[in-house]
Amino acid sequence: MLAGSSLSQSLEHQLAVQDLNARYVEAIDDDKLEAWPDFFVDDGRYLITTAENVAQNLPLGMMYATSRKMLRDRVRALREANVYETQRYRHILGAPRVIGSDGGVIRARSGFIVARIMHTGEMTIFATGSYEDRVLLDAGGAARFAEKTVVLDSRAVDTLLAIPL
Amino acid sequence: MNIHTALRQWPAEGLTRVPYWVYSDRDLYEDEMARVFRGNTWHFLCLEAELPKPNTFRTSHVGDMPVVVTRDANGNIHAFENRCAHRGSLLCLKERGEAREIVCCYHNWTYNLEGTLTGIAFRRGIAGKGGMQPDAKPESHAPRKLKVEVFAGLVFGTLGKETPPFESYLGVEVAQRIRRVMRAPVRVLGGYSQMLPSNWKLYMENVKDSYHASLLHMFFTTFRLNRLSQKGGLVVSETGANHISYSMSADIAGKEYEQAGMRSAHDEYRLEAPELLQSVDEFGDGIGLQILTVFPGFVLQQVRNSLAVRRIVPMGLEKTELVWTLFGFETDDEAMTELRLRQANLVGPAGFISMEDGAATGFVQRGVRGAPDEQSVVEMGGSGTSSEESRVSEAAVRGFWKSYRQQMGF
Repeated sequence: MLAGSSLSQSLEHQLAVQDLNARYVEAIDDDKLEAWPDFFVDDGRYLITTAENVAQNLPLGMMYATSRKMLRDRVRALREANVYETQRYRHILGAPRVIGSDGGVIRARSGFIVARIMHTGEMTIFATGSYEDRVLLDAGGAARFAEKTVVLDSRAVDTLLAIPL
Repeated sequence: MNIHTALRQWPAEGLTRVPYWVYSDRDLYEDEMARVFRGNTWHFLCLEAELPKPNTFRTSHVGDMPVVVTRDANGNIHAFENRCAHRGSLLCLKERGEAREIVCCYHNWTYNLEGTLTGIAFRRGIAGKGGMQPDAKPESHAPRKLKVEVFAGLVFGTLGKETPPFESYLGVEVAQRIRRVMRAPVRVLGGYSQMLPSNWKLYMENVKDSYHASLLHMFFTTFRLNRLSQKGGLVVSETGANHISYSMSADIAGKEYEQAGMRSAHDEYRLEAPELLQSVDEFGDGIGLQILTVFPGFVLQQVRNSLAVRRIVPMGLEKTELVWTLFGFETDDEAMTELRLRQANLVGPAGFISMEDGAATGFVQRGVRGAPDEQSVVEMGGSGTSSEESRVSEAAVRGFWKSYRQQMGF
């Protein structure tokens, strides 16, 4: 619980982030990628980077979007343009830690681990890392990502990173 | 060369055939490390900008051999094997850092930043007991030093005694095209690695294959970033070792792909956020795409304003690490940096136009598993390795094999 906030508010924030991330990874793991952009606000930011880049204060990402439109373009390209073998993910999330909140935006971190399952049956641990989230709660209590930074623990990606994390 | 490899015969057709055993022969791999990588060839080690000040180091590789690259107190750059003279342990365990000397963690043997052994713990023993004999010469086992050349902000090294000077190894045009991109002091934007499920040669062939780019990578073709019908060209250095493929970014309304019914042509496909492809002609020559390689394992990329160096690290017969470093220039303002970061979506393991390469090389590796004595057919653009206007050509791939066969003695 954060100092200065009530227990109920703290729990509410924790649950909001946890529920948003649970629905977010479910959409990805169930191949409902068309729903993926809607977890973000219109000008939401999405970045996949590595702990190595973050440690050196370098801004580069592997995927980088600054709007829901860019996320939709990513999905469209995956569906219609890019070539990759059939595969799926299984995300396992750690409990979110709420770092703070400011003006209706909650900052939180959650650890994750993703297994990748290929159509061949090959199953590997594909990625581990941390979601660094800024979550916007609107007046109606609905939660969306204003920003989601995916910090990968490893700098290496096996073969390719097609489906978002 | 081991006996097994020495008995191998290249197909009589020459450069238009590649026998599939080159991707699956274990003995060949060891010979390649010795002859191609530790031989008379130049290897990209890092960007000069990755050694930002005196007394810094960066680890790298020559083939699968680990290497330390340093900038000494006087600002001079050195490279040496990352192996202690004593027991062979890695000397540097970190990717990068600051150091005035390099100390092996195992027994505290110490090296200066030129890679010269300067100290041995308890060499004279303790209280007259133990230690080395006075006539011992541990220095004679010191890690090998590389000859280093810094060219346009790129650090290259070689172990070969007869490697030609770097610029003549490149050839005039390739040298010019490197200078074209590396036009100012570099600012590193970041990096990552892509683990390719294939032999290292399949990746280098892929990069040199100007024929595949717009056919495999539909994103490329759809947005007219690169079509074979766009103006451009293919330059192969005289040795075959190095190449440049380029195309002009001017939009043309050609319909060749649509008429031919290519899967990669999709005219109705439009981006909702076209700012992804917003770019500036920063080199002032209208060239929107330039892919350049230096044999055996270096790639310099300009895809619009996305600039990167890539180097390969073979990790055994069927695994290759591809190390990407993306950069801009110190003179870039915030808007230009943002443009480069956005265009970074095009490249890397998640790149709209490059993610397929990681998979395609693996498809070949898996596809040829039962066919070591079969051969691939490399006949687009004829049988030669000369430069040409058309990129519907495999001349640069043949150039790679010309150079490879020369190094290997095939």
